[in-house]
Amino acid sequence: MSNNHHAAPAPVGGGLVNIVTLSCGVLIALMAAILMVRFLFGLGAVTALNDGYPWGIWIAVDVVIGSAFACGGFSVAMLVYIFNKGEYHPLVRPALLASLFGYTLAGAGVMFDLGRWWNVWNMFWPTSINPNSVMFEVAVCISLYIVVMWIEFSPVVFEKLGKDDARRKVGKAMFFVIALGTVLPMMHQSSLGTLLVVLGGQVHPLWQTPVLPLLYLLSAIFMGYAVVLFESCLTSTAYRRKIETHMLTPIAKIMLGILAVFIVVRIGDVIARGALPRAFQPSVQALMFWLEMACFIAPLILIGAEANRRNPAKLFLAGVLLMLGGALMRLNGFLIGYETGGDFNYFPTLAEVLVTAGMFAVEVLGYIIITRRFPVLPRENAQATH
Amino acid sequence: MGTRRDFLKGVLASGAAATAGVVAVPVQARETRSRPPEALGLLYDSTLCVGCKACVAACKTANENPAEFSTVDHLWDTPLDTSGYTFNLIKMYRNGTMDAKDQEVNGFAFMKTSCMHCADPSCVSACPVSAMTKDPVTGVVGYNPDKCIGCRYCVVACPFGIPKYQYDSPTGRIGKCELCRHRHKDGHYSACAAVCPPGATLFGKTSDLLAEARRRLAMKPGEMNRFPRGHLLSAQEKTLPAKDNGKGQGTQMRTRAGWLDEPDQSYETPAGKYLQHVYGEKEYGGTQVLKLSGVNFEKLGMPNLPPDAAAAMSETIQHNLYGNLIMPFAVLGAMTWVARKNVKSDEDSPEQGGKDHVQ
Repeated sequence: MSNNHHAAPAPVGGGLVNIVTLSCGVLIALMAAILMVRFLFGLGAVTALNDGYPWGIWIAVDVVIGSAFACGGFSVAMLVYIFNKGEYHPLVRPALLASLFGYTLAGAGVMFDLGRWWNVWNMFWPTSINPNSVMFEVAVCISLYIVVMWIEFSPVVFEKLGKDDARRKVGKAMFFVIALGTVLPMMHQSSLGTLLVVLGGQVHPLWQTPVLPLLYLLSAIFMGYAVVLFESCLTSTAYRRKIETHMLTPIAKIMLGILAVFIVVRIGDVIARGALPRAFQPSVQALMFWLEMACFIAPLILIGAEANRRNPAKLFLAGVLLMLGGALMRLNGFLIGYETGGDFNYFPTLAEVLVTAGMFAVEVLGYIIITRRFPVLPRENAQATH
Repeated sequence: MGTRRDFLKGVLASGAAATAGVVAVPVQARETRSRPPEALGLLYDSTLCVGCKACVAACKTANENPAEFSTVDHLWDTPLDTSGYTFNLIKMYRNGTMDAKDQEVNGFAFMKTSCMHCADPSCVSACPVSAMTKDPVTGVVGYNPDKCIGCRYCVVACPFGIPKYQYDSPTGRIGKCELCRHRHKDGHYSACAAVCPPGATLFGKTSDLLAEARRRLAMKPGEMNRFPRGHLLSAQEKTLPAKDNGKGQGTQMRTRAGWLDEPDQSYETPAGKYLQHVYGEKEYGGTQVLKLSGVNFEKLGMPNLPPDAAAAMSETIQHNLYGNLIMPFAVLGAMTWVARKNVKSDEDSPEQGGKDHVQ
C-alpha cells in the first residue's frame, strides 16, 4: 500500500577504486598494524589508558557514540513498520546498512578493548552471567541485535544472489525480526546510559542522573534520524543523485519533536536535581555542557520553520549538529565529566585515534562497496556515471 | 499511503506496551545491602600508623607481586599508588611545615589504601561475568581471572579506585586486595595486619572491629590505653597466655575457629586525637574495612560517600526495566503485533507483488 510509487532498490554501480576508497584502505591497514601491537604487547603499548581512565575513546567513541550513530536503521524501521509510514520505505535499506556496519564494528571494537578477550564467552555462559550488571544487558542485547540486523538485511543479499526461495522464507518471519529490531536497540541504547549510574559521584552531576536511560534512548532515536539526514544528503551528493527532500523534510519534523521532548527532560532533570548551578561554574565541564546544549537547541532554530526544512543544506547541518550534540553528551558522561580522584589524565594517543579512524573507514568502505554492488539505494533514472 | 489510523495504532500499541510494562512491575527499590553478620575486615587506625610500610612489603610477598619503581636507582619497591601489581599502599598527607602527626594544618598523617570490601560493592554489581564476587559468609570481595574478560567496568565503577588493571601485559589481570583469602585455609589472616608493628591495621570480624573503633573514639586523647595487635578476637574469646599458644612455641600449632592462635600482643600507648567518625561504618551502606583518623578523611584521599550504594540505584533501574524480562516482552509483543500488520500490508501490495518490500 504505502510504497507502490517507490522505485525498487538497485545497485548504484560504478568503479570501486577512487580516492575515498583508497584512503579508507590506508586507514584500515594502519589500524591493523596498531592492533597487532596491541594484541602482542597489551593495551598499554598503544593506548593512554590508565587506572584513572580505564575507558578511553575505543569505548566512549567507537562503542557508545558509534552505536548511537548506528541507530538510523532502528529509527527508520520503527517509523515505517511500527508507525506504518510506508512513504519512507526507500530509506530503510540504506539506513539499515549503515546501522549494520556501525553495530558490527562497535561489537568488534569492544574486542580490541577487552583486556582478557579470550574469556568473552563467559558473557553468554549461564553460570557466569550477572543479570545485575548493566554491561551484561548491553552486551547481550547488542550481540542479539547484530544478528537480527543481518537477518533484516539478508533479503538484499538473497536478491543479489537470486535466491528467491530463501528470500521468501526469511520474509515470512520478517515481522517478528523487525519487532525484535525495534525492542533490542531500545533496551541497550537506554542501558548505555544506565552504565554510568553505578559510577555514582564519580560522574559530574550534570551527567549523573537516574533518568540517564531515558535521555540516552530519546537521543539515540533523534540521532538515528539525524544520521539519516546526514547520510542521505551525503550519498546523494557523492553519487550525484537527487536529494530525497520529500522524505527528509517530514522526517526532520519527527526528529525535532523527539528532540523537544528530550530537551524538556534534560533541562527539567538538571533543574530538579539542583545541578544547574554546576553549569555556571568556571569549569571545562560547564563549558562542555553548554556546547552540548547549543548543539541540541540550534537545530530547533535552524529548521524549526517548515520552509527551512525543505532546504537540504539546513537539513544536513541540523543533522550534523544533533549527531554532535548526542556524541558530546556521551563523551561528557563517559570521559570529560568522569573524575575518579587522584592525579590521572587521559588524552588519546595517535594510535588510539588511528584505530577509531580505521573503524570508521571500514564503515565507509563497506557502505560504498555494498551500495555500488547490492540493491540498497532506490533505482534512479540517471545512474551514477563514475 | 500509511493512514493516520494505522499511525495512531502504532502510537497506541507502543504506549500501551510501555504502560503495561510499568504497571506489571511496580517500581521496587533495591535497598542498599548491609554487611553479612560474619563479615571479615580490617580496622586501620591512622593515629597509630608510623608509616613503616611493613604492610606494603608483606602484601607484595603474600600476593607474589613484583616490585614497582618510582626512583631512578630501582633499589626498593616504591609504588606511588596501588596498581595491578600493588594491592596495598600507605600514602602520606603533608601540609606546611609538617610539625606534628595527625594534624591537618602544618602537619602530616598516613592513610592505608586498599580494598574496602564494601557491603554493596559497585565492582560486583558492574562485573558482567561474575568474575568479581562477594563471599556470602565472609563478605570478602574476590576476583576470578579465569572468568574476567578485562572490560575494566569494575575499575571504572569503584568509588575508591581500587580494582586496577595490568595495562603492560597482553594477558593483563585485575589486581586488588582480597583480604588474603588464599591464606585463610591455612589459618593465616591478612598479611598487612599480621605484620603491622603498632597494630594500626587489625584483622577481625567487622562487628568486633566496629566495637573496637567505638571504644577508641570514646578514649580521652593522650590518655594511656591498651591497644591490640594482629588478629582482633571477639570479646568473648580469650587470648591464650603467651606460653600456651601456637605461635613460635613447640611444634603444635593451635587453631580456633580456623585461625592460628597467637600470643596476646596488645600494648599500652596514649590514645590519639580522633575525629568522631568511623569511616566505612555507613559509607555506601558500610564497608568491611573501617578507618579512624585525626585528619579529615577527604584530605587523606577517602571520598565523601552517601549512605546509599550506587549499585542499589543502578540495579533498581535495571530490575524495574528488565526484571523477569516482563517489560521487554510486553513491548516486543506489541511491536510484533503492529509489525505483522504493517509488514503484511507491504507484501500484499498489488503493484509489486509483495516481493521487494519485506526486509
